[in-house]
Amino acid sequence: MGLFDKLGFNKLKDGLSKTKNGLFGKINSLINSRKVIDEEFLNELEEIFLLSDMGIETTEKIISNVKKRAKEDKYETENDLQLIVKQEIEKVFSKTNAEFEDFSFNISQKPYVIMVVGVNGVGKTTSIGKLAYNFKKAGKSVLIGSADTFRAAANEQLEIWANRAGVDIIQSTNAKDPASIAFETVSIGLKEGKDIVIIDTAGRLHNKNHLMEELKKIKRVMQKVIPETPDEIFLVIDATTGQNGLNQAKEFSNALGKLTGIILTKLDGTAKGGIILKINSELRIPVRFIGVGEQIDDLQPFESKKFAEALFADE
Amino acid sequence: MFEDLQYKLDTVLKKIRGQGKITEKNVDDSLREVRRVLFDADVNYKVVTNFLKQVKERSLGQNVINSITPGQLIVKIINDELISLMGSEKADVVLSDRIPSVILIVGLQGSGKTTFSAKLAKYLKTKGRSPLLAACDVYRPAAKEQLKVLGKQIEVPVFSEDESTNAVKISKEAFEFARKNARDVLIIDTAGRLSIDEKMMQEVSDIKTALNPEEILFVVDSMTGQDAVNTAKTFHDKLDYTGIVLTKLDGDTKGGAAISIRAVVNKPVKFVGIGEKLDAIEQFHPDRMASRILGMGDIVGFVEKAQEQFDLNEASKLEEKYKKNQFDFNDYLSQLKQIKKMGSMQNILSMLPGVGKNLKDVNVDEKIFVRLEAIILSMTYEERANPSVLNGTRRRRIANGSGTTIQDVNKLIKQFEEMKKMMKNMNFNKMRGMMKKMNVSPESLKNFKV
Repeated sequence: MGLFDKLGFNKLKDGLSKTKNGLFGKINSLINSRKVIDEEFLNELEEIFLLSDMGIETTEKIISNVKKRAKEDKYETENDLQLIVKQEIEKVFSKTNAEFEDFSFNISQKPYVIMVVGVNGVGKTTSIGKLAYNFKKAGKSVLIGSADTFRAAANEQLEIWANRAGVDIIQSTNAKDPASIAFETVSIGLKEGKDIVIIDTAGRLHNKNHLMEELKKIKRVMQKVIPETPDEIFLVIDATTGQNGLNQAKEFSNALGKLTGIILTKLDGTAKGGIILKINSELRIPVRFIGVGEQIDDLQPFESKKFAEALFADE
Repeated sequence: MFEDLQYKLDTVLKKIRGQGKITEKNVDDSLREVRRVLFDADVNYKVVTNFLKQVKERSLGQNVINSITPGQLIVKIINDELISLMGSEKADVVLSDRIPSVILIVGLQGSGKTTFSAKLAKYLKTKGRSPLLAACDVYRPAAKEQLKVLGKQIEVPVFSEDESTNAVKISKEAFEFARKNARDVLIIDTAGRLSIDEKMMQEVSDIKTALNPEEILFVVDSMTGQDAVNTAKTFHDKLDYTGIVLTKLDGDTKGGAAISIRAVVNKPVKFVGIGEKLDAIEQFHPDRMASRILGMGDIVGFVEKAQEQFDLNEASKLEEKYKKNQFDFNDYLSQLKQIKKMGSMQNILSMLPGVGKNLKDVNVDEKIFVRLEAIILSMTYEERANPSVLNGTRRRRIANGSGTTIQDVNKLIKQFEEMKKMMKNMNFNKMRGMMKKMNVSPESLKNFKV
């Protein structure tokens, strides 16, 4: 995460602590109050998991493992108990994420192209503004392409973010074809030697065939400029999303090939974003960034180890 | 309708067949399945728990009539309970004689408030009202612009003060403007806000105090998970809203949030958003929602999707051609295109009851349509119109041109001839009768164009 190292670390803690208090913070108090793994304990644990949007399958998996361990292992103190629960959660979560822990943008060739996709209203444009700001702050030159030609005033919104971040933007006032704007942006990025190109796309529901075809076309057309592009395809997921999040990840993957990462937004609210655990364990798409507010510095790199630790930290 | 869950329940309940009565043990076993289904549909934990308790009470001691299985009976009870939980009454917006009546639109970020505001304005306009939209989202970049663009599309004026960041003040001035200009409904689009953001919640509460709206609509994304109840409740505690709007229901989410919210705040769902076009709103159908949540296949959705994508004129032209046996490859090609528009085969098939789960691991060869299309596209127009000219040389050329084999081409032509024969003998009146049974009237079809 070298690029963003110096930036806004306090905000990360804020965002996480809100998540933690709402979700796994409860596990500690549950352990402290119950002290034994019995039917009632497991029921309450199940409630905490399910309320996080982790899904019934993942929940049942963890619960049955905890149950098994409780029978086999001898636990004496609350700490032992906590360890059992923690390890079983980590098995589902951080194990699948381990290979991604030391993520940093590996910018070997210019421009490094990032395509951002997702369903409507998840915060794609806002996340792009924040990403651009962070790259800019890290000394990179950035070009944004506004390939959302559908939503009213999407152009204007992205332009305001580009201005805030102090980066260039390619947009077309009359072109109705998003692929042509993506093509133009990558071409100009290449010609002008920009470090980073970020392509914003219109929000689309993943079950709309023609819109997913449009997305494939955007990718195809960019590859006419640079064959192996894009370097990253980020799927933006709203933390309030329930079980449908898995479908979203599946369908966008199906259309675009492997997604390289997830940006989990709106974690500053009361939602827990537990669906990413399910996405993680089923599709192995790592979370790269989390959004924790509406300000330009409210995007934070996601480190699963720290996240897992924070879930249990006593504070 | 309910084959999928029913099948599971019947497996669980196999033992009690012949006993003629549902016992506590049987109910517990089957409700465990129901519970999973409800969680998969994002119904809130606490709501599920209470709900299952009610279903259990109603199910116990019910006599199983010979003609149905215990599984069917339990599914029916669940379905009925779900519908009654969501409220069976039809709810519309209620406005007063005041000019203007005020509708305040509130919700989280990205739930679809601005789009819904425009849809509502359009809807009210068709009801003979003259709405005014007020752009009171002073925070999100270009939010005012967005509303203005939408307003222009639906030809409804938008009140906006581009320099002002005082949402309460803008809303009051919009009210005055509407009064003076005889706009009889004022729709106020507000910024998305988190329920825990006290300052922002105060702002919207101040708008409420200032204008005393006839309707306050809470807009919620139908893909929302367990958190829906928290947000819905906090907004309700603060604003006592009058109704709920469920957006993005044209996705493949089950939409259990609808049940959760309804259970927690007891306010009706007044509209659902079903597409990006500005007339894509509908009133809420609890029965459809119930079968959607139970994952029992969405026949209505399937029919609607078909209607949406099929051009009726095109279809009746085809019908004529079938009858006169003039159906050729040009028609076949346009038919293929229509089918492709409906989405992936997997997606279409999954809407059919009983098919959904079974299809999970089956890979439908989507490429088959691409191949068929390629073959037809490699024919000349004349060949398409008059397939009898397709001799060996032509067939080889077509195979080469489409990257297929001559066997593929032969197969397609043979299938085509068979289809033509079959279509000639098909009874179109009988098909109409079937459509009628599925509750599809010609009038309802007319509104759907590609």
